Amino acid sequence: MLRKSVCELYSNLVTRPTGAAVRCEIEHELDRIGDRALTVIDFSHVGLLDFSCADEIVAKLLLQYVSLDAPRREVYFVFRGISDSHMDAIEAVLERHNLALVTQQADGMSRLIGIVDVDERKAWDIISRLGAGASGDVATAIGLSDDAAERMLDTLWRRRLVIRYDDGYVAVGSVTAPPQETRLDA
Amino acid sequence: MTTIINVPHSLEDKSFEQVLDQVAPLPLDEKIIVDTRHARWASPYGLTALLALAQSRAERPVLYVPEAENVSTYWSRMDFFKHAAELYDLQGKVTRAKAAETSVLLEVTSISKSDDVHGVVDRIQQRAQDALVKNLNLDAKITMRFTMALSEICQNIVEHAGRGGWVAVQTYTWRIRLGGRKVVVIAVCDPGIGFRESLESAPGFQRKDRWDDGLALEETVMRGASRFRDPGRGQGLAGVRRFVGNWDGKLSIRSGTARIAVLPKGDWDEDEPLHENLAYFPGAQVQITIPERVT
Repeated sequence: MLRKSVCELYSNLVTRPTGAAVRCEIEHELDRIGDRALTVIDFSHVGLLDFSCADEIVAKLLLQYVSLDAPRREVYFVFRGISDSHMDAIEAVLERHNLALVTQQADGMSRLIGIVDVDERKAWDIISRLGAGASGDVATAIGLSDDAAERMLDTLWRRRLVIRYDDGYVAVGSVTAPPQETRLDA
Repeated sequence: MTTIINVPHSLEDKSFEQVLDQVAPLPLDEKIIVDTRHARWASPYGLTALLALAQSRAERPVLYVPEAENVSTYWSRMDFFKHAAELYDLQGKVTRAKAAETSVLLEVTSISKSDDVHGVVDRIQQRAQDALVKNLNLDAKITMRFTMALSEICQNIVEHAGRGGWVAVQTYTWRIRLGGRKVVVIAVCDPGIGFRESLESAPGFQRKDRWDDGLALEETVMRGASRFRDPGRGQGLAGVRRFVGNWDGKLSIRSGTARIAVLPKGDWDEDEPLHENLAYFPGAQVQITIPERVT
């Protein structure tokens, strides 16, 4: 596991220039590790995160790798160490950009935050609970046709909330393979 | 010609309008003397607005300092004179504060670049917990949100004003209503381009039939408009509005000739949502007021 700290300059993550600098460092690290990666962004050591910085670090980072048309690379993110006050800022920017992400809580459980519709959330929960699954598992569990379930999982994949492998899917956050870890030391 | 500007005894956001009523009609290069000799009290808004006033003048103004020793000491403790000395010719005796006197939440602080915002956030976090939780009986989770709001308001200067401004934070007893409830007040004042000119600088901006400072404030504060095309912009003020609403607070922003207010749900303030046709003052002057929780 490669562990990289990208923000030691400031004690709090505030202002757009700071957020842009942190995001650029993360992107630089991601550029070095190939076209497919799972990255943990750890906020445990971050004091304050304001809306502007959250927009630069979280929303603009996700927007680089999430696209319903043609995501340029296959990078997945898990966010850890998000406090209540971080959550205020992060949820606001996710809502503004119609984004969602996976956060891993202290007890190890993962959950989706941001803008996700009810069926997408159900599908993600099923895949997460199973550890891995295919469209048939989702179709059976929530009463969709196989085609509809496949389309939904494809959408979740394009949003980088599930990882596609062979002919199945793994929920981001439930993967056991060691991820690339990026710690925001503020 | 020199004009004396009389400063009211109690200097806060409302009474500062009396100052602007006197200054606004004067040519920018006319010498003014700002007479605070009889001042008895000043809010963070009053102090930061006095500095922005000096910045807005082409001719360096004179400031007659308060005669009352306790007032002068308090203004010193707020670091007002430290900054005022660079903008005004000070006349009168300035009483220095003792080094140990540190009841101030955030002294008057200059904001002109992103690092200044970091400095403010770092400094206030050390003091905010005690002031907000112990003195104002607020839930502990307010501290981070309060600092987030402060950060966003300060960033408006860096991002939009086009020149430096000022921030100050203090707790005091609110005497207007409800017989002396405590409040914490953030004031951020700059003499920059203001909300209207900022929006006008947006690419492709088209003037509406009615276009003035009041509408620019409504567009920005109530509808999240920004001069940037980036859809992520405008979230800071939206976040501040949510914060103020969650804590029964009040947000008021003055720019140009108008002042907009996001009013508290409670009955501790009787302001109007929008004031227009005020005396012109450049830039933006922001005040956030959060009241003590009464159980």
